[in-house]
Amino acid sequence: MDDAKTPLLDELEKGDWPSFVTEIKRAAKKNKSAQGLLEQLETSYREKIGHWKHGGIVGVKGYGGGVVGRYSDLPDKYPDVKEFHTVRVCQPAGFFYTTKKLRQLADVWDKYGSGLYNMHGSTGDIILLGTTTANLQPCVDELSEVGFDLGGSGGCLRSLACCVGQARCEKACIDSMDIIRDLTQKYQAEIHRPAWAYKFKIKVSGCPNDCAAASARSDLAVIGVWRDSIRIDNKEVRKMVDGGYDIINRVVRKCPSEALNYDLVKKELTVSAEDCVHCMNCVNMMPDAIAIGRERGATLLIGGKATVVKGSMIGWILVPFIKMEAPYTEFKELFEKITEWWAENGKNRERIGELIDRLGYANFLDAIGLKPLPQMVRAPRSNPYIFWKKEEVN
Amino acid sequence: MAKNDFGPPDFREMLPPVIKKNYGKWVSHDIPRPGVLKHTSSTGDVIHSVRVASPRLVSSDWIRDISDIADKFCEGFVRFTTRNNLEFLVSDEKKLQPLIDELDKKDYMIGGVGLSISNVVHTQGWIHCKSAVTDASGITKAVMDDMVDYFTGKKSVPARLRIAVACCVNMCGACHCSDIAIVGIHRTIPRINDEGLARACELPNVIASCPTGAIRPRPKDKSVDIIAEKCMMCGNCVVVCPAGLQIMDPENDGVSIWVGGKVSNAKGGPAFSRLAIPYIKNEPPRWDTVTAAVNNLVEVWIANARPGERYGEWITRIGWEKFFKMTNLPFTDKHVDDFTHATTTFRSTIQCKF
Repeated sequence: MDDAKTPLLDELEKGDWPSFVTEIKRAAKKNKSAQGLLEQLETSYREKIGHWKHGGIVGVKGYGGGVVGRYSDLPDKYPDVKEFHTVRVCQPAGFFYTTKKLRQLADVWDKYGSGLYNMHGSTGDIILLGTTTANLQPCVDELSEVGFDLGGSGGCLRSLACCVGQARCEKACIDSMDIIRDLTQKYQAEIHRPAWAYKFKIKVSGCPNDCAAASARSDLAVIGVWRDSIRIDNKEVRKMVDGGYDIINRVVRKCPSEALNYDLVKKELTVSAEDCVHCMNCVNMMPDAIAIGRERGATLLIGGKATVVKGSMIGWILVPFIKMEAPYTEFKELFEKITEWWAENGKNRERIGELIDRLGYANFLDAIGLKPLPQMVRAPRSNPYIFWKKEEVN
Repeated sequence: MAKNDFGPPDFREMLPPVIKKNYGKWVSHDIPRPGVLKHTSSTGDVIHSVRVASPRLVSSDWIRDISDIADKFCEGFVRFTTRNNLEFLVSDEKKLQPLIDELDKKDYMIGGVGLSISNVVHTQGWIHCKSAVTDASGITKAVMDDMVDYFTGKKSVPARLRIAVACCVNMCGACHCSDIAIVGIHRTIPRINDEGLARACELPNVIASCPTGAIRPRPKDKSVDIIAEKCMMCGNCVVVCPAGLQIMDPENDGVSIWVGGKVSNAKGGPAFSRLAIPYIKNEPPRWDTVTAAVNNLVEVWIANARPGERYGEWITRIGWEKFFKMTNLPFTDKHVDDFTHATTTFRSTIQCKF
């Protein structure tokens, strides 16, 4: 059969949603490796199996990661994707670009690679899909000339990511974009030269809505929060209620800690600030009437990750409230203590959450110098098998 | 000589002037029409963001196309969202309608804001991943073709619904915390290639990589055995020893579907996605059984959830027994957890629905 024909993939050009197949075909008009990718992918669709091999280490000077080796297992059939390595390019915070920067990126990638991208990868990087071993070094050199540096891969601090934050959101309690900019610059060595037994991720969300999915997708999550009181503008509240808004069922009854009270006669919403758990629901529901508090900082969570190896974890509260002001010294000291303990005690491919699960949260807190707090647990221990230190008994 | 370790472009040089000026000063937003956000600053300044669907996998031509549009209407600035959408940021309100007209003319799809089904967060799949059990891009395209009206706002949903697709059980892309997640799975254990294992792999590492202790050494061949009853097909050993272990099985591999997870703290807090459908075989190119299953899951939720109720919140209110009944899905032995969090999922209260 004619390999240039792709009847199965053509089916994915039908329908209204934008088609990645159309994009591969556009690149394939100008680039042989993109055509090779299309043909190999058609074969995968026919055989229901991927055709990329495991392994194969590639690299560029001065970096231990940032490029991921990728080889076809059908090199004779698809010689143009025999080597088809990924280049992970670190994205600007908040995914903001000038078109000048994007065009520069496209010019370099057209010269050295497939002309195909993921905008963006799951971690946040710009993913440049597919180039040869010989092209890697010149590609990365020219990317650096136009201001793009590599992201992380392997057992390193992975490229950091965040939500849009204060750039365009009234709910941002912290400057999520500046935090990841600052940390990314400070920890270039940790990002570029893998020194750990597995990956470590930091993500920053400006508020508890967690648009960066930090609690689920990062080993150390920074989630903006306030600790004084939400601000209620009852003029706006009345406007909404008079307009027919069901404040009782949509807001008051949905408050998870029953901290809101609505006076039907006075048409007045009040909050018991000390009972509020800062979940964001009322702020989300009534953005003109309710605003975040003024005393702002972040909650830190530790251990979030997806399944492999010992099951999914959503981060656990490590620090209920921390001020996040540049240059973020307290945060950096804590991060360094955490990774030091992890590097000393972790096994191969063991994430920090799994290590804490194996060695105990209290032991971990002790090692990094944090006191246990009731905010860290859903409930205290329910079994009597308590460990005592030598100095605690006679 | 190229520089090293200088980091990504500084975001402060990537911001439109109106954002630079009003950074940290935004006070509220509304949604004047589906797919468009209007943010207002305490200075009185306003910015409109027009959100557009992206296939995520894009070509250089696409990058230049969107750059041309951003040059014409947005002073040469553009941004992407955490869910792979594209946003055109409009500082000059007079340019808003002309931008929307141009986007309509060029067949860009505007939507994904507020109460909607937004873009899918997904993985590489057969396009570029060595561990892919399925093709994430293909499933995403097929599923979203059916969700278009919920993306554009033509049809409404009770709350936002976030879909993720991962091509293996690594569950990259927050599949473990999404309203609906589609995850590639294996159903047969790795096959052992003694020669490859002896030649290229460290036996202690291979044995230690198994989270259930299913791998035993077979020293006479410098190889291993896998105890089938203990292997849960996570693939970790294959990553550690690709030369000696092969897990891909086109006849038996496929996808599973999970529901009810989220990351937001609003109301109930973050939650894991839970198994709804353990296995659907791979059906490229359009995964008809998967799309039908997702359509069913979405439609039953829309018909029954209260306003504002996310997928998992709806299930929590009605109970899992009712969920399986309403969606007409069988509850099987596969749905009962037997891994690390198992006992936390068994019901101890006698509060049940019949």
